[in-house]
Amino acid sequence: MTGLFENIVSHGWAVFLAKLIGAFVVGTAGLLWTLIGIWFERKVAGRFQDRLGPNRVGLGPKGRFNLSYKFGWAQSIADLIKIFLKEDIRNTGTDRWTFNLAPIMVTMSVVLLWAVIPFSDGWIGTDLNVGVAYLIAVGGIGTIGVMMAGWGSNNKYSLLAGFRSVAQLISYEIPMVVALLVPVLMAGSMSTQTIIRQQYIAFMFAVPMTLLIFLISGQAENGRGPFDLLEGESEIVAGFHVEYSGMKFGMFMVSEFLHAFTLGLLTAILFMGGWRIPFVPLDWVQEGKYLGSFIWNLLGFVMLLSKAMIAYFVLIWVRMTLPRLRIDHLLNFNWKFLVPLSLINLLVVAFVWKAIPGTDAINSFADAFIPSVVLLIVNMAMFLGVGAVLADKGRQERARVAARVYPETVEAAPTN
Amino acid sequence: MTVELLVFLILSALTLGGGMLVVTTRNLFHAGLYLMISLFGVAGLFVLLTAPFLGVVQVIVYIGAIAILIMLAIMLSPNITNLPNPFTAQWPVGAALAVIFFVMLITVVTPVMNELGADDWVNSDQLTVDTAGDVPADGIATLGEELVDPHKYMLPFEVASVLLMAAMIGAVLLVHPGKQAEDVIEDVA
Repeated sequence: MTGLFENIVSHGWAVFLAKLIGAFVVGTAGLLWTLIGIWFERKVAGRFQDRLGPNRVGLGPKGRFNLSYKFGWAQSIADLIKIFLKEDIRNTGTDRWTFNLAPIMVTMSVVLLWAVIPFSDGWIGTDLNVGVAYLIAVGGIGTIGVMMAGWGSNNKYSLLAGFRSVAQLISYEIPMVVALLVPVLMAGSMSTQTIIRQQYIAFMFAVPMTLLIFLISGQAENGRGPFDLLEGESEIVAGFHVEYSGMKFGMFMVSEFLHAFTLGLLTAILFMGGWRIPFVPLDWVQEGKYLGSFIWNLLGFVMLLSKAMIAYFVLIWVRMTLPRLRIDHLLNFNWKFLVPLSLINLLVVAFVWKAIPGTDAINSFADAFIPSVVLLIVNMAMFLGVGAVLADKGRQERARVAARVYPETVEAAPTN
Repeated sequence: MTVELLVFLILSALTLGGGMLVVTTRNLFHAGLYLMISLFGVAGLFVLLTAPFLGVVQVIVYIGAIAILIMLAIMLSPNITNLPNPFTAQWPVGAALAVIFFVMLITVVTPVMNELGADDWVNSDQLTVDTAGDVPADGIATLGEELVDPHKYMLPFEVASVLLMAAMIGAVLLVHPGKQAEDVIEDVA
């Protein structure tokens, strides 16, 4: 596309225009994907709660042969039209610019993530050599958006959610960043594309502990699942978006759903091998052997989406299964368990990775096999250690509670 | 006009305009937001100078952590809107310091620019000359190696780490429920 513009304007402007159109296409595709994502999530969530989920809305005349009424797939479109038609209310006392900019900031922080997501071997917005650091940096903008919404709404519940957002999102950023360092360390690069190319064996088989830490902290960063304290409706009404209506509320909702799916995409890219098709050598895809470059790219794209949907399904599963945490439990869990665990995990993986010879030049499945097996064994040992520590803590906690509730029957347990 | 120049002008306007608004606005929360805009402009300038890692770190550390904590402190304080007078009696000192700092920057930057081959850079358009040959291809790897190289920047790096560690331990001790801050200071002394 750059070549097309070069006939009209200079090279610099041509690159700029091509990137602009690329950004428009990727951003719009991401936002439109939420229509499918929301429908999928509601369907899955319905099953988890023993109900059907959306099953009524379709297009065109109703009848036995109109398949568009199957599975209620048009529910999201109906919701979209509804939310566009709703009145946009801004209360007196709100801080105008802060209030109006907040939903844009939150949505922007999610859409910006899509710039470095490699959809296939040749399909990527920009292959930044600081891709993973960029992901973290952009994530921080969402926190600002939540704070702006919380403060600008001039509502005490919103303000409480703003405080919670700082406590939760900043805290959980630390294990997330430390977990992200592990794939970076193993691939030897921060570029998302290089990380995928280096996964001759998907990293999830070598470092399952890191994957677990990433998923937990990512879910907390997203503010959903058991970590939805920002909008805990039983405590602070709807949290930071209590004063928003119409499309502004819609933007918060879209960004949350899109963030969840983007988290699935990132899991697929960093731990599940991204667009790499299992048992297909990398050079087939890169040189377009047998099938041609476009077909390989398309297959890779489908592969990435399938892996992302699997990860997304796990995230919905967790969200629908676990009850909401209390704020002090949430912070204790992070600072006393997840942060130390992620640091130990990083140190162990780094030492093991350096101790195995030949890990700085992995160019085939055979090269990756021994390091992956060793790391898997080490990870299993870590899982056992963590399990032992948790079991011990649980025993102590149960003894402490029992001593408080039935002091006459149980002898006092040592407390610390 | 090249794209680089346009982007440079926009980023400069963000940096300077944001900085200006930080000190003139009468709403502390807005001042925090303007500070973020200004820092974001600086991050963009880093990227424009082919140092994307520094730019990203600027966003992570300054906007993602420091500015957000400043905002949290602002949100917890009373009477943050409608400050009566944004200027205090210290403004002459501040102006003098700004002038000194500006002169210092000019004296540092001019030799560097001459070394890069841009003579009389203040009046020429050579600022946009791309000297990509001097930039290492893999900047992050170079940066990482220099930071742990004993002959380069290992000592400053370690000293900064120890300083941050001390600050963190200090913060933990200050809020430790079992001990008051005075006791801690007595223990240390």
